[in-house]
Amino acid sequence: MLSPAVPDLNEVDEWSLERNLFLMKNTPPQLLRLHSADNVLTVIATMEPKELLEIEGMQVPVRNRLPIGHKVAARAIGVGEKIIKYGVPIGSATAEIALGEHVHTHNLKSDYLPTFERETQSRFFEEKI
Amino acid sequence: MKGYLRSDGRKGIRNVVAVVYLVECAHHVAREIVLPFREQQVHLIGFSGCYPNAYAYRMLQRLCTHPNVGATLLVSLGCEGFNRSALLDEIRATGRPADLLVIQQEGGTRRSIDQGRRWIESAKEQMERTPIVDFFVSDLVVGTVCGGSDATSGITANPAVGLAFDRFVAEGAAAIFEESGELIGCEQVMAGRAARAALAPELLRCVDKAARYYTALGHGSFAPGNAEGGLSTQEEKSMGAYCKSGNSPISGILKPGDVPPQGGLYLLDVVPDGEVRWGFPNINDVQEIGELIACGCHVTLFTTGRGSVVGSAISPVIKICANPETYRRLSEDMDVNAGRILEGGATLEEVGAEIFEKVVRVASGEPSASEALGHQECAVVYKSFEPVGPGCLPV
Repeated sequence: MLSPAVPDLNEVDEWSLERNLFLMKNTPPQLLRLHSADNVLTVIATMEPKELLEIEGMQVPVRNRLPIGHKVAARAIGVGEKIIKYGVPIGSATAEIALGEHVHTHNLKSDYLPTFERETQSRFFEEKI
Repeated sequence: MKGYLRSDGRKGIRNVVAVVYLVECAHHVAREIVLPFREQQVHLIGFSGCYPNAYAYRMLQRLCTHPNVGATLLVSLGCEGFNRSALLDEIRATGRPADLLVIQQEGGTRRSIDQGRRWIESAKEQMERTPIVDFFVSDLVVGTVCGGSDATSGITANPAVGLAFDRFVAEGAAAIFEESGELIGCEQVMAGRAARAALAPELLRCVDKAARYYTALGHGSFAPGNAEGGLSTQEEKSMGAYCKSGNSPISGILKPGDVPPQGGLYLLDVVPDGEVRWGFPNINDVQEIGELIACGCHVTLFTTGRGSVVGSAISPVIKICANPETYRRLSEDMDVNAGRILEGGATLEEVGAEIFEKVVRVASGEPSASEALGHQECAVVYKSFEPVGPGCLPV
């Protein structure tokens, strides 16, 4: 059974079995598992919406663009669960994360120090003014 | 390889004239002095502050007596707090040509510039007599720093530098990694690599100090570009950065300006000691590179995913690009394309060996990409440090 992150395949246009079979055979693996204990995988070539991720024998269409180096869930992850990369925790999930879903600052927070983003900075300056 | 022998026994891979402004008010005059010589190994360095600071003094003292430096001209406005005569005496004691220009005494901007340029001409003649001797890999001090990191940094360029670091350490060189704020989350793993029992608690203390310092500042050593590049948390960035240290045992902890007493792998502690009072410990990558050079680094291995273009005065910066998409955009600024690991173009081991060979070629005189493009950045700030504790250095 497909994970809840997968949109209705009817919404996926420009999708062809031939094209994806070709891509699977002719491109290096798109996802890298850095450690056997990891629950996230690293995207090693930027993926566009509707391309297919291959995870645990399942094909999961990409929802939003996944730039090179970004992470996706290797399995469903619950709120508060540790995110494991390089075999060590890199923070905790702040939302339910489905298999294949993008894992980033919107659903993962540091257990040490808050992550500072440019959007936060501009809001800070607006408030000051 | 050949090197320039200095009176303290260290050997340089470059023979640079350093022109040093001792306060921001002398910066323009110093820059003008350097201008006609900018492609002749005459580099501009300096410190902006008017008020004295022991760390800033030590940084300039170490930079001016770095083995890559053959002569030094100090440029003072005249009223700043920097102890210029003590610095001049220390440099002269090493046998290097050194002199001091005081703009207020010299008669202003133009006279100081003319005087400074004449001095450089004569210093360059004297520097031609520097003894040239054999230079071995075991003479090298190599630093590493990452800047403009993204999530590819920790899977290509950083582990490849780690492999090169292992080889440098195995061949007797000193290798220095730094940025204790970017080791937050890795402290236990790192302490397990201490070469001596007494060093392990010091490594933990070092990261604990960084965590406290950054917590007081409100956020970690994490730029918005890091998140755009796929890094989500400080711990994730730390794990990626930590790979640069390779797998050798850690021989000791240094603070800015401490020269490694022997070969081996060292952690450079860059977070000030004492209460939080000097602002951000690493205001930018250039300042971090400067601290590595003050520890005697002949070259700095700079890994980048987002794509930094920086270089440095005094010691060459070798840039290793982690991200193949970035490499295609910024290839003229890069020395090594580690991103091809992700595209099946090379293995981690091949890129590690390429980095090692590149260092040997740059140490033999080949300009790095940033050197060839004329990069000579330098930034020295206010900080304060206690000396390293017992147990931090090999005996």
